[in-house]
Amino acid sequence: MTDLLERPSSATPPSRPPRGSGRGRRSRLARAERRERRWHLGGLGSSGERPQPSRSLLVALVLASATLATLDLSTGSHSPLEPVRGAVADVVGPFESGTSTIVRPLAGVPDWFRSRSTLSDQVDALTQENQQLRSELNAAPYDANRLAEYDKLTAAASDLGTSLLPARVIGYGPAQSFSSTVTLDAGSDAGLRPDMTVVNGDGLVGRILRTSRSTSTVLLITDPDSTVGARVGDTLAMGFLRGRGVLGDDGRLDLELVDDSAVPARADTVVTWGSTGGAPYVAGVPIGRVTHVYSSVRETSQRIVVDPYVDFGALDVVGVVVPTGTQSDRALIGADGELGGQSAAGEAR
Amino acid sequence: MTALRAAAAAGAVVLAMVLQVSLFPHLAWQGVVPNLVLLVVVAVALTRDPQLALVTGFLAGALLDLAPPADHVAGRWALALTVVAYVACRVRPETRASALTVVSTVAACSFVGTSLYALTGLVLGDGVGSAGELLQVVALSLVWDVVLTPFVLPPLLALFTRLEPARMG
Repeated sequence: MTDLLERPSSATPPSRPPRGSGRGRRSRLARAERRERRWHLGGLGSSGERPQPSRSLLVALVLASATLATLDLSTGSHSPLEPVRGAVADVVGPFESGTSTIVRPLAGVPDWFRSRSTLSDQVDALTQENQQLRSELNAAPYDANRLAEYDKLTAAASDLGTSLLPARVIGYGPAQSFSSTVTLDAGSDAGLRPDMTVVNGDGLVGRILRTSRSTSTVLLITDPDSTVGARVGDTLAMGFLRGRGVLGDDGRLDLELVDDSAVPARADTVVTWGSTGGAPYVAGVPIGRVTHVYSSVRETSQRIVVDPYVDFGALDVVGVVVPTGTQSDRALIGADGELGGQSAAGEAR
Repeated sequence: MTALRAAAAAGAVVLAMVLQVSLFPHLAWQGVVPNLVLLVVVAVALTRDPQLALVTGFLAGALLDLAPPADHVAGRWALALTVVAYVACRVRPETRASALTVVSTVAACSFVGTSLYALTGLVLGDGVGSAGELLQVVALSLVWDVVLTPFVLPPLLALFTRLEPARMG
């Protein structure tokens, strides 16, 4: 410590007057200069040696970080930091919400600059798909009738009893943090609780980890910590789907089937298997399609790569599966696609 | 004046955090965004007395650890950014800093910060991908940080230099 404080005064000749010495008090000039050098005042442009940072403070702060990590790690979900996280979320949430409201219109700007050739390629692809769909449609009435019969049976057997609560993604965890999480602009005030399923128009997004009053944190299924019970739609083979922590275009998932002898076909659909009480995942939500199957004969295991339907690089509006009749500060979307719930909540107040 | 300087640093940190979480993901490259909070910490360390720089690094890291989308073990970014502040104070030039010095400081700090964060993840078993992915993320974030340096560091340095006690009289 002592050498750190002494170095400046011994190394620097008092050749240059400090910048703040224009006060006209000559008698205090020398003292002010000494003090300035010791506390290393002066801008980036000023010459003169600065004291190095205090080692004891560094050690104290490093130990404080270690304490934080220990507190958070050893106590798990009962971490004393959870209330702190909630408080920080309540303060920061509105800022994130506001910023993302401003940014949202600008984020769409690149789409305006698509070139003519990409657009014509897209038209070709869509025309082709349209033909394919048209041919499938010809066989559809029979399938639809059969499905309607089944639907009546299942609807009578069990009412799903769930609604969707719309929410917007207002913050993304950076890839530097090696975890795939996003923030939603709805929290416990909107009726959200941890372990609710989050979906969007394309398929399964993830589940809610924790909520504050106005925000909630969602663990995406691409996170390495995420495990989803899944089944292959065509064969009903069950397995576990794990994230690989890659966001962006190649957000692939690994499926591990319980029965290794069941080999799915390419482009088979993978849907959620569902848990008791619909937490954390409700059943039957489409997740993605099988793209590759790698099998290792020696280890008698196989790795199935699943391409998710959801584009995790461009999440915006998502829906959270909540029980019907949840008290919420916003409108719910019912199972029949009707908007409702807000009036009921209003009457309840 | 200390309160004013601390308020300026805190404001810059919060603004950087919000932009990093809400604005830059739209421009993300393989999910990697520029680490604006790290840039603010480096700027503080290049102008302010080192004690305040260390504290700013710790508090900014704690904010990154606790603010909403974060789900890792708290204290990891706090440790990484404290060390970043220390490194930036140590490598700070004795005389006037040239643009090259600032850029190389940012590059070194970005490398140290992201690697340290990843290493603590490995030690605590807190979900870090394979070594290849890890190096890719470290390299991409270094490139991002260096690219953003000419736009972010000069205004911050100007702001913090203006608030120096010597200037305030």
